[in-house]
Amino acid sequence: MTATMIKEFRLPDLGEGLTESEILSWKVAVGDTVTLNQVIAEVETAKAVVELPSPFAGVVAELHEQPGTVVEVGKPIVSFEVDDVGSSNGGSAPVAGKGVAGDASAGDRAAVGTSANGAAGAAADGVGSPAKREPNLVGYGAVVEHSGRPTRRARLQVQNVQAPTPEAPTPEAAATPGPAVSHQAEVQTSERPRSTPPVRKLARDLGVNLELVPGTGPGGLITREDVQNFSATPEAPAGAPVSAAQGQRETRTPIKGVRKFTAAAMVQSAFTAPHVTEFLTVDVTATMELLARLKGNKAFEGYKLTPLTIAAKAVLVALRNNPSLNSRWDEANQEIVRFNYVNLGIAAATPRGLTVPNIKDADRLTLRELSTALTELTDTARTGKTSPSELSGGTISITNIGVFGIDAGTPILNPGEAAIVALGAVRKAPWVVDDELAVRQVMSLSLSFDHRLVDGEQGSRFLADLGSILADPAMVMTMI
Amino acid sequence: MLTDQAGKGVHHDTPRPGHSAQNPLRTGGDLLQLVSPDGERISHPEFDIWVKDVGDEQLCSLYEDMTVIRRIDAEATALQRQGELALWPPLLGQEAAQIGSSRSLRDDDFVFPSYRESGVAYVRGAHLSEIARVWRGNASYGWDPLRINLATPQIIIGSQSLHATGYAMGVQLDGANTAVLAYFGDGATSEGDVNEAMVFAASYQAPVVFFCQNNHWAISEPVRVQSHVQLADRPTGFGIPSMRVDGNDVLAVMAATRVALDRARKGGGPTFIEAVTYRMGPHTTADDPTRYRDPNELEDWAAKDPILRLRRLLEAKGLLTEDVETRVKAKADAVAAELRSSCIDMPDPQPLDVFNHVYSTPNSWIERQKDHYSRYLNSFNQPVEEGAL
Repeated sequence: MTATMIKEFRLPDLGEGLTESEILSWKVAVGDTVTLNQVIAEVETAKAVVELPSPFAGVVAELHEQPGTVVEVGKPIVSFEVDDVGSSNGGSAPVAGKGVAGDASAGDRAAVGTSANGAAGAAADGVGSPAKREPNLVGYGAVVEHSGRPTRRARLQVQNVQAPTPEAPTPEAAATPGPAVSHQAEVQTSERPRSTPPVRKLARDLGVNLELVPGTGPGGLITREDVQNFSATPEAPAGAPVSAAQGQRETRTPIKGVRKFTAAAMVQSAFTAPHVTEFLTVDVTATMELLARLKGNKAFEGYKLTPLTIAAKAVLVALRNNPSLNSRWDEANQEIVRFNYVNLGIAAATPRGLTVPNIKDADRLTLRELSTALTELTDTARTGKTSPSELSGGTISITNIGVFGIDAGTPILNPGEAAIVALGAVRKAPWVVDDELAVRQVMSLSLSFDHRLVDGEQGSRFLADLGSILADPAMVMTMI
Repeated sequence: MLTDQAGKGVHHDTPRPGHSAQNPLRTGGDLLQLVSPDGERISHPEFDIWVKDVGDEQLCSLYEDMTVIRRIDAEATALQRQGELALWPPLLGQEAAQIGSSRSLRDDDFVFPSYRESGVAYVRGAHLSEIARVWRGNASYGWDPLRINLATPQIIIGSQSLHATGYAMGVQLDGANTAVLAYFGDGATSEGDVNEAMVFAASYQAPVVFFCQNNHWAISEPVRVQSHVQLADRPTGFGIPSMRVDGNDVLAVMAATRVALDRARKGGGPTFIEAVTYRMGPHTTADDPTRYRDPNELEDWAAKDPILRLRRLLEAKGLLTEDVETRVKAKADAVAAELRSSCIDMPDPQPLDVFNHVYSTPNSWIERQKDHYSRYLNSFNQPVEEGAL
C-alpha cells in the first residue's frame, strides 16, 4: 500500500482551558516533507509562546491559517499527506473534518466520542446539514460554543429588549449557515425552547432548529414527536450546502493591539496638526569621519556609535536655538507648552508594530550616555518589553528610515509633539566641493512640524542648524 | 553560607570536612558531590562506600535510564502540543535526582510521588500507558499502587508527605524493615502538610525519607523568596537529619538516598534529602518560564546538565562505546514510540466508568445511581458500553 491520505491537524488546547491561539509563524511550507515531532509552527496562547511539533510524518499539503491569525481551538490549521498504512501514528489522526478519513481507528473514535460537542452543533442549530458528531479529543478542552469573539450576552439582551415574538427568527435568516444565526438567536430569544436533552440531540441529528418547532407537550415542551413531525414536513428546507472552498484571496485580520493604537494616533495627529515637511540634503562626510574617530577612541570602547547617535545629539544641540520645535499645542487650555527639557522619542519597528519610546531628559546626556540610552531603548523595544512610561511624555521624535535604505519621507508627528525628524540613508553621491565634483557621503533630512506652533522660519532655521552640524560637527562650537 | 538559594552558591566542588554520613545532623551548607560537572569522579571518604558497588555496567545502565526518561519527557511534551495529552509536567533537568533516588530503592519499599516523578514511575515498572493516561484525562489514576509499590501521583502540593509518614508508621507497627520515600519539590517545604509530616515522622521516628527535589522554582516563585535558609536546614528544626546533595549528580543522589534508606531500615528514623537540581523546562506545558526567569540562569544550569555530566564520566572511563550509544538510543526510541502508540490508541473512557472505582466492594447506592444514569443515557437511543477501564 503506497496510497496516501490527507490528515488534518487541529489546533489543540495548548494550556489548560484555552479557547484560541494565534499562529505566529509557520516553520514549514506546502510541499515540505516533515518528520514526526518536527517543529512546524510557533503559536502564541494567552499563556505562552509555544512550538508545535508535527503529529505526523509526511508532506505538508495545506496551511489553513496565515501567521497573525487567531484560531479557535479545534480548527484545522494544517493538512498533511501521509502514507495510508496502519502505522501507530495513523491511529492518532484527529478525524478529518469532512469525514473522509477512512481510517478505521479514527472512525471508531468518532463513534464512541463522549464529547460535549453538542454545544457547537447547538450553536449553529439552524436547519442546515445535520451536525456531525466529532470526537472531542483530549487536549482540545471544552468545545467553544460560539465562533468569533465572546459575546456579552447580558448586555446584548438589555440593549435589545424586545418582546420575544414567536416569528422573530425568519426562516431566511435561520437558513443562513454560520455564526450570524447563532448570535441573532442569542440576541432575540430570551430563553431557549423548552425540551429535553435526548430530544435536543434528536433535533440536532435531524438538522432541525428547535426555535421553529411548535411544542405540544405540557407548558409548550417540545417532544420527540414534535421534532419528528417537523422534520417530516416537506417545507423544512433540506440541508443547505455548506460553503465550500475557502480559497484565500484575501486575509482579514482583526484590528487590535499596537496596530489599532498606531492607527488611532496617526489619524489623530494627521488630522489635528497641520503638517509641513521640509527637506535638506547634506554632505555628512565630516560626521562619518567623526564617527570613525570616536569609534577608535578608548573612551568610547564598548559603546555602540551609529549615525543615529550623532544625529540625535545634533538634534538636541539644534533645539537649543530653536526651542519652539520642542513644544506642544494644548488645545484644551488654549496654551502653548514649551518644554525646557527634551524627551527624545525614537520610532522603533518592533515585533508588535511601531512604537516610539523616548529617552527622558536626553538634552542633559553626554554623548556616551546618549549612546547607551539609545542602545537600551532599541534593545528593549525589539524584545517588546518597552514600559508604558517609556512610551509617554515624548517632546520631539526621530525616525530613522535610513536603516531601510530610504532617503526621505513626510513623517507624521507623534501626537502631542511639534516636530519629527526623519533621517535618510547615508550614501555616496556626487557632490560639489569647491566648485568641483567629488564623491561624498550624503544624507537627506526630512522635518515635519506642526504649523500651528512652528512657522516656516523657525522650522527652516532648525533644519538648517541640524544640517550644518552634520555637515561640519565643529559648528557645534558656534551654537553652545 | 545560608543565603544563596539561587544555586549560585553551589560551587563547593570539593566536599568539606564535617560532612558526615554517620552524623549529618547539621550539613545544610555543604553540597555532596561525587561527580563534578566536568564528569570528574570526586572521591569522598564517607560516601564512596555507598556507591562502591556501582560498576561500569551499572553506570551505563543509569545513563540509559536517564536518557530514556528524558526521551519520555520530550515525547510527552510533543504529545501535549499535538492535543493527545491534556497536560504534562516536564522533568527535564531532574533525571539524576529521579533515577539516582529511585534506583536506590528495594521493590518492597513504598514510594509516594508528586506529579513530576514520571522517571520514578518508569523505574518502578509503571507501563507507559499508565503514565500517559492520567495526563490524557482518560483515568483518575495511572497504575495499581500495590503492584509496583508506588502511590498515585499527588497534584496537591506536599500532601503525599503525610501519606508517606502514615505508611511509615504502619511499617513500624508491622515490624517490617521496609523503607518509605516521599518525593516533593522546594515549594512543598513551605506547605503545612510537609511540616506536619516532619513533626510526626520525627516524633515516631518513622522510617521515611523526605526526598526534596529543589528545582529552584515553585511555578514562578524562586526558592530564594520562600526560604532564607537552605532547604536542608529546615528539617533540622524538627530534629530530622538532612543532607544537601548535588541533584544533578546521579552518584551523589544514590549515595545519599542509600544512607537515608539504610537509616530508616535500621530504626534510625526519618531523613531529609535536598537534591539541588534545576527545572530546565516549564512548570507544566501550560506555563511559560521565559516570562519570569532569567535566560542566563538556564544557561548556567545547562552547563551542569545531569546527563551530560554522566556522559563525560563514561567517556573518561572509556565506557561510552558506539555499542552503548546505539543500544541506549534504540531503547529511548522504542520507549518513545511505545509511549506514543499506547497514548494514541487508548480507548476513551465511557460514561458509566465513573462508577467503577468509588467503592472497592459492591455498593447498592452506587449500583442504583449507575442504573439511573444508564437509563438516562439510553433515552438518547444510543448503546451504552462499558469502557476498557
